[in-house]
Amino acid sequence: MLVLSGVTREHVQGGMTVHALRGVDLAVHAGELVAVMGPSGSGKSTLLHAAGGLDTPTSGQVLVEGVDLAGLSAAATAAVRRRSIGYVFQDLNLLPSLSAVENVALPRELDGVRRRRARQEALAALAEVGVAELADRFPDNMSGGQQQRVAIARALVGPRRLLLADEPTGALDSTTGEEVLQVLRARCEAGAAGVLVTHEPRHAAWADRVVFLRDGAVVDQSGPVAGAESLLATGGPA
Amino acid sequence: MLALLERGPSHGYQLRAEFDAATGATWPLNVGQVYSTLDRLERDGLVAQEGEPDFEGRIAYRLTEDGRRTLRAWFASPVSSRSGRDELSIKLALAVTTPGVDVTAVVQTQRSATMTSLQELTRLKTGADADADADADVGELAWLLVLDALIFRAEAEIRWLDHCEARVARAAVRRRQPAGTAAATSTVGAASTTGARR
Repeated sequence: MLVLSGVTREHVQGGMTVHALRGVDLAVHAGELVAVMGPSGSGKSTLLHAAGGLDTPTSGQVLVEGVDLAGLSAAATAAVRRRSIGYVFQDLNLLPSLSAVENVALPRELDGVRRRRARQEALAALAEVGVAELADRFPDNMSGGQQQRVAIARALVGPRRLLLADEPTGALDSTTGEEVLQVLRARCEAGAAGVLVTHEPRHAAWADRVVFLRDGAVVDQSGPVAGAESLLATGGPA
Repeated sequence: MLALLERGPSHGYQLRAEFDAATGATWPLNVGQVYSTLDRLERDGLVAQEGEPDFEGRIAYRLTEDGRRTLRAWFASPVSSRSGRDELSIKLALAVTTPGVDVTAVVQTQRSATMTSLQELTRLKTGADADADADADVGELAWLLVLDALIFRAEAEIRWLDHCEARVARAAVRRRQPAGTAAATSTVGAASTTGARR
């Protein structure tokens, strides 16, 4: 579903080259939830941005459902982003003037899906995350946990099968945070691939695999290692 | 043991089974421990034998009034902080003082292992949660609380390891640089740490 191979990202900052990512290899399969942990500045968010086509690596490959993002035009990348990838960020970004179902249907309408069908898909996504009854409510009239669920529904709506989450439980209390993780987990068990960036060990523990990042490189991981990963790793530095 | 007997008279094997059920066999007891504890409690007058041995020769015990008072006092008092040796703390303390030991690797090895057990505990909890929804029985609740305790403990250990790693890294940067520039570097964080290493 998602394959990062030898991904390196450098920034030039004050005349000095900063290696945000150094030759990262990572494969995330359908049905798998992978957590990425590391101290701030270790490259967690850069990795997620590269995986989602929001940032272009200096070198290396990012394949989403077999498509190399680097080979695509900006417009084609944007289309992959909309169709294949769902993002859940700490900052919810629900539009306050739209109801829950309208917020969730919006990306589908932008994809050119007809309004009625987009609404049906949105209702299904809301039901999947357990907030069907909030469909006609506006963000201001929802709790933080409810808003986050709606944001996740928006990330899941339609055929998206790669889910990228950056500290999705950030602003939530621990019980609500666990509910959000349960939803992510369930979606992955239903066949999506998920990448979860978090600094909370208790939240990372919901993942099938936890990848540890230090200074832009994967230093270790816990949980089972998938077969494809070990094949990829042979090309990388020991 | 007293708490289990508060539910009613019981013999050693049964007590062990009830303890294991309530704690998910996290700290398994052997029957020898159970009977030696019962002997001690009987000597101190906190439990007494109840009736005659059954056909298998097992003796049931019941709580005495003294035992009940002791039990209430136990529930009412806090647990003193654990006094046992903490092998991990000792290992890290020795790692930073022993020449040639890669402390970061020691920390990471432990972090991966603790994270793996945290993942296992989380999986167990997800399963137990689902069962508890089906029938709200107190045995399941007791087990969930024990699981939560283990989960929070594992989490605390990982946080502590993160903290150790950051401190060790900062100390290494300070040692490598003249005193004047060290403070400036540590505020800029990982980016300049990377620069300094090159």
